[in-house]
Amino acid sequence: MAERFEAVVVGAGPAGSAAALQLARAGRAVALVERGPYPGSKNMFGGVVYARVLDTLIPGWWEEAPVERWVTRRATVVMTPTQSLTVDFRTVDWGEPPYNGATAFRADFDRWLADQAVAAGAELICSTTVTGLERDSSGRVHGVRTDRPDGDIEASVVIACDGVNSFLAKEAGLYPERDAHFFTLGAKEVLALPRAEIDARFGLRDRQGADFEIIGCTGDIPGGGFLYTNCDSVAVGVVLQLPGLARSGRRPEDVIAGLKAHPSIAPLVDGGELKEYSAHLIPEGGWEMMPAMVGDGILVAGDAAALCLAAGIWLEGVNFAIGSGAAAGETAAEALAAGDTRAPALARYRRRLEESFVLADHRRLRRAPALVLSDRVQSRYPDLACNLVQSLFTVENPAPKPGLRRLLRQQASRSGVGLRHLALDGWRALRTFG
Amino acid sequence: MTTVGVPAQSFEDRMDTVEFRVSPVAHIVVDGDQCRGCTTRECVTACPANLFVPVADGGILFNYEQCFECGTCYMVCNRRGAIRWSYPEGGHGVVFRRS
Repeated sequence: MAERFEAVVVGAGPAGSAAALQLARAGRAVALVERGPYPGSKNMFGGVVYARVLDTLIPGWWEEAPVERWVTRRATVVMTPTQSLTVDFRTVDWGEPPYNGATAFRADFDRWLADQAVAAGAELICSTTVTGLERDSSGRVHGVRTDRPDGDIEASVVIACDGVNSFLAKEAGLYPERDAHFFTLGAKEVLALPRAEIDARFGLRDRQGADFEIIGCTGDIPGGGFLYTNCDSVAVGVVLQLPGLARSGRRPEDVIAGLKAHPSIAPLVDGGELKEYSAHLIPEGGWEMMPAMVGDGILVAGDAAALCLAAGIWLEGVNFAIGSGAAAGETAAEALAAGDTRAPALARYRRRLEESFVLADHRRLRRAPALVLSDRVQSRYPDLACNLVQSLFTVENPAPKPGLRRLLRQQASRSGVGLRHLALDGWRALRTFG
Repeated sequence: MTTVGVPAQSFEDRMDTVEFRVSPVAHIVVDGDQCRGCTTRECVTACPANLFVPVADGGILFNYEQCFECGTCYMVCNRRGAIRWSYPEGGHGVVFRRS
């Protein structure tokens, strides 16, 4: 016999836990189903949680959230095999309440967030894989099937927070044909180093943390790299666009090894002992790849709805998952109160997302993923930038210093960039980020 | 490629850093007939856990036990249906702790 809840949330990642939290707070009977042995056990990420979205959901969250370090140093790096150029920003403000970004282990952070939902009254059911949707003859969703004996769960509304592969959103017909170009593979190594050594190498104190985002470190494969600090470990990894990776003939761990061997990264990671290797898909296509967010009796949130923001200088996901999950939970709670969970009654979810940062940011930055993964941004501009700065600061006496315009023309031509391209991409960047 | 100052590491050592609670039931099924005719072999390159190994008869040897459950293999595969993929049964598969 199927168990009965008013709502069932599939996946206890940040989206699912936020959804279950809001449903439980509204007094609704909600099951939060997680296939891993604990929330976060299936998750990895490129390192930083921007949790401002929690201010209203869990006031004072920073007093209790299990984070590793507060990011006070944000470096954006462009590199060639032998050079790197870094914009290295530091502020003490981000190391004090209310903070900005934090590094974290998902096994800790996701478990803590799920505990908030449980404390509010949600029922967390771990080690249970949802195998499909229960639908009536009209296609309306009214529950889920699980791999537990007699484990089916009846519910008036299902919230699919089942991650980047979202089998539920696909089964519900909410996803069009998926295109591998929209996905990247994230692969990462966590390397143990003594805490004092990390502080010294990265110039940090106490709980201060560093986050480096890198472009130009993935060879022919469109993508990027990252390096950030935990308390007693550093994490280094790459993000690789799937078709480019498949074509390249290079293996993900080799691309990481190349980044670790780079002359400006090696001194930061040398001697680190591998503690955990991990990998995960990222829905990087943003606006262009989003599914329909609502069907009869079903809502989709988080990575399952492709709400990860991969917009070059901004790389965020957990906050978008929490924001969308909370909005889905609130919408579902209202629909349950009104006794109608068909698609038109759930459409408020989409409007909520449009009124919040979730879809406002995605809409504004909809051209960014393609621009960031374009050939010129990936390899020609890092090359141009590094060579331009090198020629600017190389003293060629007895020759006099060349003018900046001449240097730019020379280096642009050497990097295979026409000045027309530069102007065009400058305009594109303004339109994309402006 | 090895990193300066970090001892060379075998792929096996790398995967030994990850906990897997192996299910008796495979969650990925590979259609050997389709793979034998495949020349591009995207899965062999892209799988971060290196689970797809070409063998002498032109087929692909596949091991589901140390799978990250990322989905890369079926996403890059150019043959519809050659890789059938679902999640492992509840409580099984990869268990990340510090990622």
